[in-house]
Amino acid sequence: KPSFGLYGTRKTFLFSSDSSKPILPCSSTLSEVGAGLQREFGFPVVWFGRCVIQVQFTDSGISRVLGFSSLLLNCLLIVNLVTRVRLEMEGEQLTEQETALYDRQIRVWGADAQRRLSKSHIFVYGMKGTVAEFCKNIVLAGVGSVTLMDDRAVTNEALASNFLIPPEEKVYSGKTLAELCCDSLKEFNPMVHVSVEKAELVTLGQQFFEKFDVVVISSCPPATKILINEKCRKLSKRVAFYTVECRDSCGEIFVDLQNYKYMKKGKADGPASECELRYSSFQEATSAPWGRLQRRTSKLYFAMRVIESFEEANGRNPGVFSVEDVPAVLQLKRKLCEAQSVSESFVPDTLLERLVIGSIEFPPVCAIIGGILGQEVIKAISGKGDPVKNFFYFDVVDGKGVIEDISSRAPEADSASSKSANIITQVVLE
Amino acid sequence: MASLQQSPAIKGAKVLMVGAGGIGCELLKTLALSGFEDIHIIDMDTIEVSNLNRQFLFRQKHVGQSKAKVARDAVLRFRPHISISSYHANVKDSNFNVDFFKQFNVVLNGLDNLDARRHVNRLCLAAEVPLVESGTTGFLGQVSVHVKGRTDCYECNPKPSPKTYPVCTITSTPSKFVHCIVWAKELLFAKLFGDKNQDNDLNVRSSDSTGSSEQAEDVFERKANESIEQYGRRIYDHVFGYNIEQALSNEETWKSRNKPRPIYSRDVISAELMQQNGNSDKAGSAGDPLSVSAMASLGLKNPQDLWSLKDNSRVFFEALKLFFGKREKEIGSLCFDKDDPLAVEFVTAAANIRAASFGIPLHSLFEAKGIAGNIVHAVATTNAIVAGLIVIEAIKVLQKDFDSYRMSYCLEHVTQKMLIMPVQPFEPNKSCCVCSETPLTLEIDTNHSKLRDFVEKIVKAKLSMTSPLIMHGSSLLYEVGDDLDDAMIANYSANLEKVLSSLPSPVTSGTMLTVEDLQQEFTCNINIKHREEFDEENEPDGMVLHGWTQVPTKPKDDDDKPPTGNGDSSKTSQTETVEAEAEVVVKINIEEIGASGNKRKAPDSRDISTDPPSNDVNEATAANHKKVHKIDDGDDEEELVMLDHWDIDTNKKQKLR
Repeated sequence: KPSFGLYGTRKTFLFSSDSSKPILPCSSTLSEVGAGLQREFGFPVVWFGRCVIQVQFTDSGISRVLGFSSLLLNCLLIVNLVTRVRLEMEGEQLTEQETALYDRQIRVWGADAQRRLSKSHIFVYGMKGTVAEFCKNIVLAGVGSVTLMDDRAVTNEALASNFLIPPEEKVYSGKTLAELCCDSLKEFNPMVHVSVEKAELVTLGQQFFEKFDVVVISSCPPATKILINEKCRKLSKRVAFYTVECRDSCGEIFVDLQNYKYMKKGKADGPASECELRYSSFQEATSAPWGRLQRRTSKLYFAMRVIESFEEANGRNPGVFSVEDVPAVLQLKRKLCEAQSVSESFVPDTLLERLVIGSIEFPPVCAIIGGILGQEVIKAISGKGDPVKNFFYFDVVDGKGVIEDISSRAPEADSASSKSANIITQVVLE
Repeated sequence: MASLQQSPAIKGAKVLMVGAGGIGCELLKTLALSGFEDIHIIDMDTIEVSNLNRQFLFRQKHVGQSKAKVARDAVLRFRPHISISSYHANVKDSNFNVDFFKQFNVVLNGLDNLDARRHVNRLCLAAEVPLVESGTTGFLGQVSVHVKGRTDCYECNPKPSPKTYPVCTITSTPSKFVHCIVWAKELLFAKLFGDKNQDNDLNVRSSDSTGSSEQAEDVFERKANESIEQYGRRIYDHVFGYNIEQALSNEETWKSRNKPRPIYSRDVISAELMQQNGNSDKAGSAGDPLSVSAMASLGLKNPQDLWSLKDNSRVFFEALKLFFGKREKEIGSLCFDKDDPLAVEFVTAAANIRAASFGIPLHSLFEAKGIAGNIVHAVATTNAIVAGLIVIEAIKVLQKDFDSYRMSYCLEHVTQKMLIMPVQPFEPNKSCCVCSETPLTLEIDTNHSKLRDFVEKIVKAKLSMTSPLIMHGSSLLYEVGDDLDDAMIANYSANLEKVLSSLPSPVTSGTMLTVEDLQQEFTCNINIKHREEFDEENEPDGMVLHGWTQVPTKPKDDDDKPPTGNGDSSKTSQTETVEAEAEVVVKINIEEIGASGNKRKAPDSRDISTDPPSNDVNEATAANHKKVHKIDDGDDEEELVMLDHWDIDTNKKQKLR
């Protein structure tokens, strides 16, 4: 049995194929160690018999081989192994071109985060203005690939808020929204692979989503969101799931990272600690009993649920065809409030009226929501930074960008200390 | 709100954007989508590769072209029917005067330096045009509205001055890597490759005898019969060996400090290795100076690797050799430029060798470049968010919706459940010397300081004036302009070299000077107070300006900060050699809330607060103007606003280290 360990402020790996003298106690098997290393740094480890190698990892990969001991191994083999590890790492390093292009953002999130970004695959459904903003942001950030899906044709609404669509009819006619966006996005960053997938979203099987690290769904009925979310949750790998909607001058982002572990930065240079967040599914998060939520919960949460109910009941989005939907939406709200045993004033009529009448996106809000969503996806891929759990709201009227943590599963912690309640385990590594 | 896209307030508005960089690209796109139809954009910069990760209107093929023009063309492709005018020019040019500014309904800043921000602020005040100001760094961002008489102006609240270091820390007693970088960049690089006539402190402190400065000049001059290897070794041994020995001889200095170790080239690199150091064929062509690289010729690949002392020495010699071999024509006129790979390599190597000598941890080229180039961290998402917030404020300004103006912050860590936090705009600062004409006081040695010192260190560096005019009563002491005759020019340049007390109209204690910038239409009165002694460490300018809203340098803590994006990092550099990327350092601005928050907190501790939640809009608008009430269910979190910002700032600082 080999040993395999991790300690120190820098990532220093000590691994040995000699089971009799483990450097650090560890119960892994040789193949588990190999798999662990491969997972952690994305390069395969090849074993040359018995040896101990100590390498120092920095943000950019192996910075140096600190030492090795191999009483039974001849020098040639050691050299082979060291060169091998170096070579493998070199393949993982950012190219000169990438370093030059991404210079400013590597200074924000580090080279290892940039490497992880470049290996990530994103699926996006529903190409409206906010999603166009989001796609621009992640393509610029340098993700591995972006797959777009939206078979709808160009409408005036799309032209109004989606800057990826050229306004000449002869260019856009006959093409789908996804195709047009794909053409524009490709130009933003030649290092990112942007493509279009044509299919019915609801008919896609579970295995389709296995190819992706991130799935973003927008402008489709809530039932479809629930369906896709469940498919992602059933996969053996963790797929980060997001929904995003903008109406008028408001926007909502939903985040489901399932069980998410990351290193939380310590305050004031303190040690980083491992932090685990447990997310709710879209269905759980959108069906929380209203009466139990804090009074200060963003009104947009409730208003968006009313809009969803209308969509479920009528099979269409309110306001898209007519502002005459307003009375029906308000009536639906009264019914919902009654069913939830909360007062009618719980969801302000003025807010709902805005959302129904102005069902079209407002470009500055697209930029803001698309920017936050881009940031969140980058955080989830890179494992750096505190992710949003689990809703984000922005409304121009108050100018606040607010985070809400809402689930139907467990009762809310009743104080503002919900942030610390999220932390399930804390292991100090330093 | 969406119907606003057709609103006459937006359609009819004439908007000036200053800056077409990171924020500018996002802003121009969002303005066009939001229904703005008459947009003017000024930017003096051209496109670089490192812009492309976020300035999405630019492509590889545009590198080297005008940002303003390429951005205009790119946006016209998806909004062909609107009018965008681009100016590839400096906003400080004289044709962008008060009359030019007056034609606009609102001015939107996406700038990268304090100087230009001040300039635009003054023009907006003079032209009475509202200004929306913005900045980002990393995940932090900020947007604020400045309307004359209604809110503070951009200069009402203190901005920390660019970091300066005492000369002797740089020349003799460095304790941090940044000190070594400043030494390598401002002293050694400038000495070897820059203007030979410029004052340079490189040798002053390292030897005691007064006659040594002439002898020192000879050291840096390459002798006629000297090979480049010999010359390199002589420079190396002089600055890393001999100078350190000299410094060591002053034992007083090292009583409470770690002694440095002299390093000589023979101990690091053997003669053979020196011979076969680099493969110049791989170093790049002489035709394109920016393609020449010592790393390439030495086969060093990863800029994030930490080089050993030996590697650094090899880079040092190779870079020197390449400068003399392939870029000899430029020697004597070079300035450090973060986009010049050979210059970055030389400075990294020299700083690391010096660091090794002083027992300071070495840094990679990537890190060194960030410090030397004052590089501002930047990502696309923050710029996009900030651009959205700017447009929202611009629309409020056009609709004259005074009560809902907000100053907004993008935060990295959730604060009071928020990632985007709006706060009330500040009131004008009654003692602001820019928008309320309060006189300043200058302590200066009137018998020793020349008018030139006053112009350089105060009028230009502190007051950010571009075409100043200095008056004592009715007599003109100095003026800049195109329409001066030869006699006046001669008179003014003679004045520059005179000490204040012997000017034609003597400036002594109690004198009131009037300094005016005709372009900015900004006038400032300065009371002169004579003082003879200045502390070299804390008052390196040899003069102290009071009443000017700049945060005094904090003693210890501040030293840890890397140089900020706008400004020079050393006392010795008078000109701003550094171009930060398109965005500004929010760190500064976030400190600003902290600082001004403290200030404003004194009379009324509830003066600063977040604004009320949306569902109480009516109640809020009635109640919140100026005297803020906390409507947010009365918890005490609001009081912490500024503390939180301080925390964010310190976190950031620590991360940057």
